[in-house]
Amino acid sequence: MIHAILIALSCVFLFPLLWMISTSLKPIDQVMKLPPEWIPRPILIRNYLDAVNYIPFFQYAKNTLAICILGIIGTLLSCSLVAYGFARIRWPGRDALFILSLSTMMIPFPVTMIPLYGVFRTLHWIGTNRPLWVPAFFGSAFNIFLLRQFFLTIPFDLSEAARIDGCSELRIFKDVIVPLARPALMVVALFHFIYAWNDFLGPLIYLTKQETFTLSLGLQFYQSQHGGTQWHMLMAASTLVVLPVLILFFFAQKTFIQGIALTGLKG
Amino acid sequence: MSRQQRCDLRNGLLFVSPWLIGLVAWELYPILASLYYSLCEYSVLTPAAWIGLDNYRDLFTDEVFWKALSNTGFYAAFALPLDLICGIALALLLNTKVRGMVFYRAIFFVPSLVPMIALAILWLWMFNAQYGVVNYALGAIGLPGPRWLVDPAWAKPALVLMSLWGIGRAVVVYLAGLQDVPVHLYESADLDGASWHHKIRHITLPMISPVIYFNLILGIIGVMQVFAVPYVMTGGGPARATLFYTMYLYDNAFTYLRMGYACAMAWMLFLLILGLTLIATKVSERHVYYAGK
Repeated sequence: MIHAILIALSCVFLFPLLWMISTSLKPIDQVMKLPPEWIPRPILIRNYLDAVNYIPFFQYAKNTLAICILGIIGTLLSCSLVAYGFARIRWPGRDALFILSLSTMMIPFPVTMIPLYGVFRTLHWIGTNRPLWVPAFFGSAFNIFLLRQFFLTIPFDLSEAARIDGCSELRIFKDVIVPLARPALMVVALFHFIYAWNDFLGPLIYLTKQETFTLSLGLQFYQSQHGGTQWHMLMAASTLVVLPVLILFFFAQKTFIQGIALTGLKG
Repeated sequence: MSRQQRCDLRNGLLFVSPWLIGLVAWELYPILASLYYSLCEYSVLTPAAWIGLDNYRDLFTDEVFWKALSNTGFYAAFALPLDLICGIALALLLNTKVRGMVFYRAIFFVPSLVPMIALAILWLWMFNAQYGVVNYALGAIGLPGPRWLVDPAWAKPALVLMSLWGIGRAVVVYLAGLQDVPVHLYESADLDGASWHHKIRHITLPMISPVIYFNLILGIIGVMQVFAVPYVMTGGGPARATLFYTMYLYDNAFTYLRMGYACAMAWMLFLLILGLTLIATKVSERHVYYAGK
């Protein structure tokens, strides 16, 4: 009984993705056919080539990847250092500052959006991708929180022993904590990738030149100009945008599920 | 302060210094500036000019503002409870001892990973009034399909339905909560002859209430800021039926360059989210049960 319900629901949940792939492989006259048909006839792989060339897909993909990778490097570096300072060193004022860092998560982005735009405008960064990755090098409250919780679970005897051996805090961080925290760092990197790959509002505000667009922005640009007609190409491009995320999910399924469960339970 | 303590303080501050700089540059300064701009006429091109509370006063007589607020209220009123109930129901289904749970969980989780741009374009196609597969399916079972995104009465319900496709993320959190419920509670309930709905009502729901509360708060923060999906799908139309709060805020800031007005809207949004969160917290205080306490 439960199996039957689950199978029926699975079909409903899978349907949109399968329909996207099916549409992406159809010739345009079959796309607009009623009643709709499942199997593309003929199967047009060429739709993908057309979409990739027409939309400048690879240009946008390169721009998006650059923002993702720089952002991941920044987030990992800054958040792990800051989390170490909050979790593994005892100093006056630490807990008050940590609570301050948590409370910044309560502020919705629209509140800081406009002054931030002003700051980046003064720096002449509008139109470049810098507003989208430089801030990552200064930590983000959510990831700091996540890593701090993880660092707290690492036995303190380990750092004590290293300290007695004369290791500096930076050495302990680098040689003891970071190697042990690899799973948590993976979660942070993965979440940041998903966030940056998906981000729409940020690029919409800061990117002004078409050659710097991310995939989200580029696809929206294309859709707003050719929407309502070129569904086969739009579906092909959408499939290509979803694909990296799906591939990541299949290789790191456990990291995803554990990361989300972790944030839900400790939050 | 001893030598060691001073050393620890210095090291601690050094480690958190990236965040301290970020806190001032990307949080504290923008928060204060935004508060100041909300009391000014400001277009980013010219310096801000103080006008006191005028922006806030204008909001109350701005019809479009009320339209955007009521659109957002409608979306929240339907999407939040629907996603909550369906999410819990799905998690309960997945928590039964079925074979292939990992497989099912993956199927329900994957749609929540689909990037918003792809989500918007895909559903734009599926909700297409003439060739869309949703209306075809409705027609097949004898129901007349509405014109969805081009009909002011049906555009918001279409977006609410879409939000259901992304509940997988919440389901994973519910599932983690469900797996922490001690088995012996169910065993003693079984001994007392409790039925399945008694067990859900008196054991399962109280035990996972912290997780429900967590998802509810995240949900409130999320729905009050819906932007990308309606922006791509409808641009706020038809007849402003899907112009949501953050979209009108964005328009004021970057289309009309009324940045002071937009800042006032942002602060009202913050107060709204804060108010809703406090209400949710007050209500849940009576119902949320923390096993550890």
